[in-house]
Amino acid sequence: MNPPLIDGSSLLFTIFAAITCLSAVAVVVAQTVVRMAFWLVLSLGSTAALFFLADADFVGAAQLLIYVGGTLVLLVFGVMLTASGPYLKIATSPGETILGAAVALLFLFVVFSAVSGVEWPAATQAPASLAAPAGNTLRPLGLSLLGTRPDLDLPDSDQLSPGYLLPFEIVSVHLLVVLIGAAYLARAKRRNTP
Amino acid sequence: MKLFLRLRNSPAGCLIQQNRIEAQRNLRGGWLQSRGASVIFPEDRRWSYSFCESLPGQQAFSKQRNMWATQTIAGFLEKYCSGYFPEFVGPNFQYVLAAIIHAVLLVHAFALSPAVFIWLERKVSGRIQDRLGPTRTGGLFGWLQSLADGIKLVQKEDLCPPAADSLLFRSAPYFVCVASFAAFMVLPFSSGWVAVAADCGLFIILAILSLEVFGIIMAGYSSGSKWSLFGGMREAAQMVSYEIPLAICALVPVIAAGSLNLGEIGGMQRGGIQNWFLFHNPFAFIAFFVYFVVATASCKRAPFDLAEAESELVGGFHTEYSGIRWSFFFMGEYASMFAVCGIASVLFLGGWNTGIPPLDDALYVARNASATGEGSAIVGYLANVLGAFVFVTKASFGVFVQIWLRWTLPRLRIDQVMTTCLKYLVPISCFLFLGATLWPLLLATASQRSSWTPDPLGNRTAAEIREAARVSTNTATPAQASLAPAAKATIQ
Repeated sequence: MNPPLIDGSSLLFTIFAAITCLSAVAVVVAQTVVRMAFWLVLSLGSTAALFFLADADFVGAAQLLIYVGGTLVLLVFGVMLTASGPYLKIATSPGETILGAAVALLFLFVVFSAVSGVEWPAATQAPASLAAPAGNTLRPLGLSLLGTRPDLDLPDSDQLSPGYLLPFEIVSVHLLVVLIGAAYLARAKRRNTP
Repeated sequence: MKLFLRLRNSPAGCLIQQNRIEAQRNLRGGWLQSRGASVIFPEDRRWSYSFCESLPGQQAFSKQRNMWATQTIAGFLEKYCSGYFPEFVGPNFQYVLAAIIHAVLLVHAFALSPAVFIWLERKVSGRIQDRLGPTRTGGLFGWLQSLADGIKLVQKEDLCPPAADSLLFRSAPYFVCVASFAAFMVLPFSSGWVAVAADCGLFIILAILSLEVFGIIMAGYSSGSKWSLFGGMREAAQMVSYEIPLAICALVPVIAAGSLNLGEIGGMQRGGIQNWFLFHNPFAFIAFFVYFVVATASCKRAPFDLAEAESELVGGFHTEYSGIRWSFFFMGEYASMFAVCGIASVLFLGGWNTGIPPLDDALYVARNASATGEGSAIVGYLANVLGAFVFVTKASFGVFVQIWLRWTLPRLRIDQVMTTCLKYLVPISCFLFLGATLWPLLLATASQRSSWTPDPLGNRTAAEIREAARVSTNTATPAQASLAPAAKATIQ
C-alpha cells in the first residue's frame, strides 16, 4: 500500500497550531479588551484541540472547562464590571511595544533552543507498560490520584507504586480554603444597628 | 504512521485499532481487574460497593467496543469498498470518509431537532393557551411551520447596528451554535452509536456546553446597546451559576457507575426499569429532579428566562439581532435543550434501554450476536435503531416537559433566579452528592448488600465480563480475520 499523500493528523495539527499562534498574535495586536478575549478564546480552544489530537482527552476537556470557560468568563466579567465607558481601548506606547517584542523574541529563542536540543525519537518512545489505550486515560489518572499506580506495578511483585494522593489532598484542601475565603470576602456586610 | 487520532476511540476507528488493543491487553493483562479493584477493596466482595464493582466492567465494555467495529462505517468501507478500489480506499481515506459520515449525521440531528421542537413548542403553547397553534403550513397539524419560519428568517436583512463591534456581533451566534452542536459529538444515541466514544465523555460534554456562555456575553457586549448589555450580563451570571449544581447532580449517577463514559453508563442500566440509575439510591432519585430544574435554567428556559423574556420584554442579549443570526441563537437553545435532556436520559433514565427486562435482554443478545458474527448483522442493526428510537423518545419527552413548564409557570425575578441557584440548589446538590457517596457504605453496613434493588450493578457487570470472556474465546470471525492484515499495515 502506498503511503498517503497527506497525513491526516499532521494536517489537523498544522491547522490548529496555526490558529493557536495567529490568534495569540491577534490578542496582542487587538485594541479592544473584549476583542482580545475573543482571540484568546480561539487560541485556548485550539490548544484544547491540540490536546485532543495528542490523545489527552482529560487535559483537553479541562482546558476547555477551566481556561476557555472559567477564566475567560471571569476576565470578561471583570472588564464589563470595571470599564468606565463602552468599548474600553488599551493603546500601547511604542516603547512598550519594543520592550514586549524583545522579551517575547528572547523567550521564543529560549524555547526554540530547548526544543531543538532534545533528541525526540528517543524521548517519545514510552515504555510499553505506560501506554494507555488511545485517549482513555481517565481510569489510570483517577487511580493514581487515589494513590495507586497499577500501570507501574511489576506483574509478580507485591510492591505497590505510590500515586499522587498527598498532592491531590493538599490541592483539594487548598481549593476549599480559597472557596470559603471568597465566600467570606463577598458576604453582605452586617450593619451595626443595635 | 499517525492517523486521525480522535477517530480511534470512535466505533469506526476501533476496527483498525483492534490488533493494537489486543496486544496492549495482553501486555497489561487486565490490570484494573486484578490490581486496582483488589488493592482498594480487599477480600470481601459483599463490602465492595458499586463504584469498585463496576471497575472490572471496563474490560467487558472495551471488549464490546471492539466488537462493535464489525458493524461500523469504517468496517463496512474496509469490507466492501477496498476490494474494488484498493488504491483509493486506504486507511486514511476510510477515516476521512467515516469522519464525514459521522459529522453529516450529527449535523442533521442538530439541525432537525430544533425544527421539530420549535413546531412542538408552538403546538403545545397553543393547546395550553386554548388555541390551535399552526394548522395550515404543510397540511396536517402545520408540521412544516418551522421550515416556513426558517425560509422567512433567511430572507430577512442581515442587520448590524452602527454602534456595534461588527466582528464580534457577527461571530457571536456561531459561538452559541457551534458549542451546542459540538455537544452532540459525545452523546450516544444507542449502544455504540456515538461519534467519539471518549472515556471522559460526560466531562467533555459539560465543558463544551459551558462554552455557550461566551457567545452570549459577546452578543450582549458587542451590540452597542444597554438593553443587550444588561441582558447579556444577567444571562451570563445565570448560566455560570447554574453550571455548578448541573455538574454536581450529573456526578451522582457517575458515583454509582464508576465511569464518565456515557456509553458505559447507558449500558450498565440494562435489564429492567429498576436498574435505571434513577432508582439506584434515594439521592439519585432526588438528583434527577434537581438536575432537570437546573438543566432547564441553564438552557435559559422559562421560568428562568427573565434575562431574555422575548415574549414580553425587550429581548435580552439578542435585542439587536435579526434574520438568520437571531435564529442561530434559538437553534442553539433548542439543540442544547435536547442535549441536556439526552444527558439526563443516559445518566438517570437508562439511555437506550427500554426498561422491559425480556426485551432488553433480547436486544442485548441480538447486538452481541451480530457483533461477533454469530447472528444476523441486520438484526443487530435493527436492535440499535430501536435503541436510538427509545433514547430519542426519552430525551424528547424531557424537552416536552420543559416546554410544558414554560407555558405553565410564571417567570422568576432575576434576584429570585440567583437565590434559587446559589442558596438552594447548590447546597441541595452538594448534600445529594455527599449522600450518594455515603449510601453504599451505609447499605453495606446495615444490610450486607451493595444495592437495594434486586439486581446489583456489580452482578450485572460481572455477567458482562463472563459474556465478554465467552465471546472473546471465539471472536475469530471471518470479517475480523480478513481485517487483521490491514490493521497491521495501519499501525506500522
